[in-house]
Amino acid sequence: MLNKIYDWVDERLDITPLWRDIADHEVPEHVNPAHHFSAFVYCFGGLTFFITVIQILSGMFLTMYYVPDIKNAWESVYYLQNQVAFGQIVRGMHHWGASLVIVMMFLHTLRVFFQGAYKKPRELNWIVGVLIFFVMLALGLTGYLLPWDMKALFATKVTLQIAEAVPLIGPYIKVLLSGHSTIVGAQTLTRFFAIHVFFLPAALLGLMGAHFLMIRKQGISGPL
Amino acid sequence: MSKHRVSRRQFLNYTLTGVGGFMAAGMLMPMVRFAVDPMLKAEDAGDFIATPLKVADITAEPQKVNFSFTQKDAWYESEETGTAWVFKNEAGEIVALSPVCKHLGCVVDWNTDKKNPNMFFCPCHYGLYEKDGTNVPGTPPLAPLDVYPTREKDGFLYVGKAEPRKGA
Repeated sequence: MLNKIYDWVDERLDITPLWRDIADHEVPEHVNPAHHFSAFVYCFGGLTFFITVIQILSGMFLTMYYVPDIKNAWESVYYLQNQVAFGQIVRGMHHWGASLVIVMMFLHTLRVFFQGAYKKPRELNWIVGVLIFFVMLALGLTGYLLPWDMKALFATKVTLQIAEAVPLIGPYIKVLLSGHSTIVGAQTLTRFFAIHVFFLPAALLGLMGAHFLMIRKQGISGPL
Repeated sequence: MSKHRVSRRQFLNYTLTGVGGFMAAGMLMPMVRFAVDPMLKAEDAGDFIATPLKVADITAEPQKVNFSFTQKDAWYESEETGTAWVFKNEAGEIVALSPVCKHLGCVVDWNTDKKNPNMFFCPCHYGLYEKDGTNVPGTPPLAPLDVYPTREKDGFLYVGKAEPRKGA
């Protein structure tokens, strides 16, 4: 059945070369843990991506209940966690996944760094990777405010103070982030929500696309 | 040896698809159950709500009664106003009709269409109902107006949750 549908589409659109080009290529021996167990260090990039997928999915589902509003944010999180089936699990996935993404990304970075895999011709990919790292940190930072509890509020107040400490442009950055010169409130929450849910994921997808395109084009760096 | 020999490639394909599917299901099942939760939530029975209308004041002419109740919508509680058209039918029984049109949910009014006096009229698509709530054939609604179960307490009318009329 599935094969027939595939053949029907393939006959018309010739999609086989498309996915072959993406998926069908050999894993070099030095990257395959079946040959050298120590090659498991090459998994961390893929694991980062895997957890990112979980983050995107669980985040999409969380927004079915969450409201970015100072009166309802905490209540809606409390409701989805305590009244909705599997609410604790889905929110837990997003909560713990957020930390795990950072851990995996860090391990991936360490591997690339200590193997010197960032050297010519892969400098650009390292730069894009560092940008992804910043986007991930920003995602963690903006997501931290959204439950709108005391921890979230005061963590964000501190964050905004740090932003304000930047010479010259600091106060402007702070207002750009918080939406108000003195209050951390309604406008801060909506802004952080928009940044967390639309702006950063869009940037992340673009950067990840570039990251994968480059590794596909250049291949994984050779054995040490 | 069986005729259908499973090649190494096939075996690996099946195992990997199985394990991968299991993992994907483990990931997606909580999310999907989470999303469909409102569909599986039990409907609340609905208590009887006091209206400001005295049973003694109910006549044969339908009158509009507004009553307020507390609505709990997930994490949001609010005071809402409901409406019923209340009258006594020929048998002397109290009838309380829901004003929600059975066509597409607009609000019907009593006796507002000059061409069709003494009928419930929906201005959205000219739906008509007889006084007892029966829909007039040839107009858009396909069912009679919903009926509130009623109850008397301390001389006042109480209404329950509106239900589709039986036998309709």
